[in-house]
Amino acid sequence: MNGLGFRQANSWLHTWSGLLLGWLLYAIFVTGALSFFRDEISFWMQPTQHASVAHADAPQRAVDAMQAMAPDASLWSITLPGPRNPTTQVRWFEQGERRSKFGGQSVVLDGTTAQPLQVRESRGGDFLYRFHFELYGMPRLAARWIVGIATMMMLVAIISGVITHKKIFVDFFTFRPRKGQRSWMDVHNALAVLALPFHFMITYSGLLLLMFMLMPWGVDGAYGGDRQAFFSERGNRAAASAPAPSTDKVPADLIAVTPLVRQAQAMWPSGVEQITVTDPGTSHAVIELRERGAGSLLDRGRSERLLFNGASGAPLESPDAAKPDAFSAIYNVFSSLHLLRFADTWLRWLFFIGGVLGSAMVASGMVLWVVKRLPQRRKQGSHLGHRVVEGLNVAGIAGLPVAIGAYFWANRLLPVSMQARADWEIKAFFLAWAACLVHAWLRPHRKAWKEQLGILSLLLALLPAYDLLHGGGGLLAALTRGSWVAAGMDITLLAFAALSAAGVWFLRSDRAKTSKRPAAASEGMEGVSP
Amino acid sequence: MSKKKSSSSVRKLSPAGHRWNVASRTVLAVAGGYAIAAMATASLSLALPLPRAQAVMAATLFSFALYCALIIWAYSAGTARRAWFVSALLAALPAGHLAMRWATT
Repeated sequence: MNGLGFRQANSWLHTWSGLLLGWLLYAIFVTGALSFFRDEISFWMQPTQHASVAHADAPQRAVDAMQAMAPDASLWSITLPGPRNPTTQVRWFEQGERRSKFGGQSVVLDGTTAQPLQVRESRGGDFLYRFHFELYGMPRLAARWIVGIATMMMLVAIISGVITHKKIFVDFFTFRPRKGQRSWMDVHNALAVLALPFHFMITYSGLLLLMFMLMPWGVDGAYGGDRQAFFSERGNRAAASAPAPSTDKVPADLIAVTPLVRQAQAMWPSGVEQITVTDPGTSHAVIELRERGAGSLLDRGRSERLLFNGASGAPLESPDAAKPDAFSAIYNVFSSLHLLRFADTWLRWLFFIGGVLGSAMVASGMVLWVVKRLPQRRKQGSHLGHRVVEGLNVAGIAGLPVAIGAYFWANRLLPVSMQARADWEIKAFFLAWAACLVHAWLRPHRKAWKEQLGILSLLLALLPAYDLLHGGGGLLAALTRGSWVAAGMDITLLAFAALSAAGVWFLRSDRAKTSKRPAAASEGMEGVSP
Repeated sequence: MSKKKSSSSVRKLSPAGHRWNVASRTVLAVAGGYAIAAMATASLSLALPLPRAQAVMAATLFSFALYCALIIWAYSAGTARRAWFVSALLAALPAGHLAMRWATT
């Protein structure tokens, strides 16, 4: 910028690129962090399934259940109970039915008894996951472009932020509490530096996941717009199909799957995730076992597969995964780290914490913007732009979690038999968010913060309490069963309830101090209310 | 958007001048940066001495880092004119390469 040095110019760029789409970035970060626990949240939103416990015989029992439920199907797909969901999820397709990802008939079975469990209509964690990169209620392509542009601005904000802070590692160890603007600056720096590799990785890989949409010119130039040719030439999309048997298809009993699963478990440390049976009950039946998680990120966490003839049990040749080239491997590692489908529970928690730190970094940056301009506002009086940012800060930072809390409450309170139930859960989310926005502009700034954080704390803390009374024992029952998927969600809700309660407490105590010494610079988040 | 002016050697801009300056740099950063990154991606996809699919992957992976650097350059150059001039020089290479390819095929 004219008249500014390199670092000051980057400071300017950091401020404005961060502010312009900050609220959207915060929403992407929050829903993205929750998406690391997408399966766990979906499971928690099906309370009638919480009593399910995985049993060692689950594979065979599921196959037996399929034989009773769908003996004439063309394909069975059985997702076995695992560390992220203790139920068995089965899906089948009738003869001649197109085999799409979400088509066919699907049923959730108890992990021990293999009896069908009640399913309530809910988008579960999938809503948050989709919102994270496709927003809601708008054309998918347009939404992905908006998210892609926001991600690019995040990258610019990260790089310009690093340039701004020459003494970035000294800054990391600096904290000056209760110094208003300086404290917020220190918090913002600490959050940014603490997880800087995570922030950079998650942002750049987010761009890479959208790269053929955002930057198609390489493919279009080199392949004349023929994307299909490019993807097949890159060639790590080997189709998994067994060779057609030469004999005629005749009825034949399916062999027991337990020995096959044992054999696979001996090879794969994290076990078998999915059993697929094509042409069950015939001599052409093929049983495919797929590994849970994956060993290598270089091939984008591709799971290994084992194929067997379903009538004889003879092993069939499994498709070989092509070894990826160096640049595809870079892409695969980045995108696997973003999608995190391969990870175990601990890594999932680590990334979740990274996502929470990222959300807090964006939030503290936007609070800093308001706090920094307070002295000027005090002198010159209120300013419409400043008031707009204040309102958006409260509704964006505190209001979004309130909306997520409302989404969870709608999941528990709406009648199970309700028409368009899943849509109403989502409507509850947006109605609560809109109410937060109106509230943030109607109330004085500081009161708005306190009230929304207070409501958030109550919403989150009371959910486990409600389940304790209505959800078949809730947290206590889950802990006695050793069911950490359901218990983990309840404990996390309580932890975030405590965190938002701490926010309310922080605002109260800060106020007492400020009123004692009004000239001090410790204004914290105090607004410009008259 | 008032900023501390640190260097006295550079002429201070009037408020209107400041607005034009920011607008000019923003157009360069957003549109110009994307155009250069897009041309560089297309050009490198053809020029890198790698199998075609790998060249496309490498160029596209790199494109966002390039775009980011171009955006930072657009705002940190001493004057808006300088930012435009250097960016135009940078654009000339992939643009020339692509124009030659287009003319010969």
